[in-house]
Amino acid sequence: MAVTSTTSTLAVTSPSITGAAKLAEYARSKARRRRTERVIESVLLLAACVSVFTTIGIVYILVRESASFFAHVPLWTFLTDTQWTPLFDDAHFGILVLLAGTVSSSAVALSIAIPLGTIIAIYLSEFAGHKTREIMKPLLEMLSGVPTIIYGYFALLFVTPMLQKLYPELPGFNVLSAGIVMGVMIIPYVSSLSEDAMRAVPMSLREGSYAMGATRFQTAVKVVVPAALSGIAAAYILGISRAVGETMILAVAAGMQPNLTLNPLEPAATITSYIVQVALGDLPHGSIGYQTIFAAGLTLMLLTLFFNLIGYWMRRKYREAY
Amino acid sequence: MDRKSELRAIIRAHKRWDALFGMFGLLAMMVGVLTLAALFANMAIDGIPRLTGDFFTSFPSRRAGQAGILSAWIGSVLVMFVTAIVAVPLGIAGAIYLEEYARKNWFTDVIEINITNLAGVPSIVYGLLALGLFVYTFGFGQSILSAGLTLALLILPIVIVTTREALRSIPQHIREGAYACGASQWQVVKHHLLPYGLPGILTGVIIGLARAIGETAPIITIGALTFIAFLPPVPFTGEPPAGMLDWVFSPFTVMPIQIFNWTSRPDPAFHQNAAAASFVLVFMTLGMNGLAIWLRYRLRKNIKW
Repeated sequence: MAVTSTTSTLAVTSPSITGAAKLAEYARSKARRRRTERVIESVLLLAACVSVFTTIGIVYILVRESASFFAHVPLWTFLTDTQWTPLFDDAHFGILVLLAGTVSSSAVALSIAIPLGTIIAIYLSEFAGHKTREIMKPLLEMLSGVPTIIYGYFALLFVTPMLQKLYPELPGFNVLSAGIVMGVMIIPYVSSLSEDAMRAVPMSLREGSYAMGATRFQTAVKVVVPAALSGIAAAYILGISRAVGETMILAVAAGMQPNLTLNPLEPAATITSYIVQVALGDLPHGSIGYQTIFAAGLTLMLLTLFFNLIGYWMRRKYREAY
Repeated sequence: MDRKSELRAIIRAHKRWDALFGMFGLLAMMVGVLTLAALFANMAIDGIPRLTGDFFTSFPSRRAGQAGILSAWIGSVLVMFVTAIVAVPLGIAGAIYLEEYARKNWFTDVIEINITNLAGVPSIVYGLLALGLFVYTFGFGQSILSAGLTLALLILPIVIVTTREALRSIPQHIREGAYACGASQWQVVKHHLLPYGLPGILTGVIIGLARAIGETAPIITIGALTFIAFLPPVPFTGEPPAGMLDWVFSPFTVMPIQIFNWTSRPDPAFHQNAAAASFVLVFMTLGMNGLAIWLRYRLRKNIKW
């Protein structure tokens, strides 16, 4: 099957060549083949390096534009100012305002995704039968497959009116409904990674626990979860970085007014929805308004990097080896 | 006697916890499933009456009743085309390098950590990269090309990771057999690993594209317009050679942006359009995901190493 093109040409030409000439021909074809192999390898290497170039590109662009931003606005003002009005005449650049929106929306989302995701993971890994698991897993993963813009639509036009029935003073744009929908969207990220971690716990640990007379629930909570802690922590961290980076649900349903509050019943802008708001307008390239979105993006990137590092550290620290 | 019944009570209490937790688990899953059901029901009720043939063949309009998604779905298809052309070869080639060629050294580690990290970068950050790099530095403008390249970079980690998994699942003896017959490394890849890994690779590509077609944030960031009442030039029909690629530099809109635009208008008539367009988009993404799951299941069953 694997007859090479170089050897087949050799087979055609070889009858007329003998002795030293034949050996030379062999050597040449071998060298040719090695050359092709090396070219192919470098092409493949280049393709693999695209990811590195992407990272370099992201860091370069964010740092370059942010540098010109911070030439206008001192870093200290950026971190401590309590107003965010970059497009007004009286411009203020206090990232805390956007950060507050990001924190409150993520807090709402995670207070839904983490408990529910963990319970689902324990249930699917320790309680459910094979059949239930095979049906429920793809069904839950569909939750993360729905485009986020559609969740935005759903939060604004279904969840908010529903919440307004319970609590009539709720404004049409609010962080709460966006956060709730975001939380449900994040459930599969948390549950599926946690479940993988729990399933990787060796059977012998469970059997030992059952042999001591423990129930399923006791085994799950006291043996399996502690043993899978590093993986579960990684799942939580993934959930957090999803929540922090989520954009469209918040842009659609939470309103885009900068608002320094942690109260989810109010409208607020987040780092991500601010970027969308600016991009929708028509800001000239190179203006200070244009540069703010890169400063905001840099903040976001550092935030997710921070969580990724924590996740990495947790995986190392709490890893149990079997 | 007393101790016996005490013990029984303890056991009963513990078993009750078991049952209780089982109920909790089902309840938690119901939250997810019911949300999904409500989402679909809501979309279907509002959207299906709008799903007529005209809806697919009309441009957006200021009158909600006449508006359609023609420019949006054509834009989505063209952007996906560019994304696939860029991401598929790059992703597969990168995965082949990492899985088959790469030596274990610090450089390989750097690439691997990089890919893991990129998968966790929020999609809007890719939009900022594209805005700074493709739109302004390279001068591609707010075009189909910029959008396609952005989404290609976004799904590259997905394609690489799934391709690597597919290659890793091919047993070592296949490679050894081919080497024993005198095949070079590239021949092993071309004649054996790629064909046998194809189902897995295809699954990854489809999942990646399904993710890309629903992405909104990065495309808004590069400045896609929300009101496009014309179509890009038909691909590959312009004056060769330069005119052939006219279409990649054309302004465009895509499905998610059209939905965003309609959702953010106060008039409820436009919300129905948004529901209808969402229905189409969900159908596209879930259809692609379903295809991927089916492919994986179907083709895996046929393989026996």
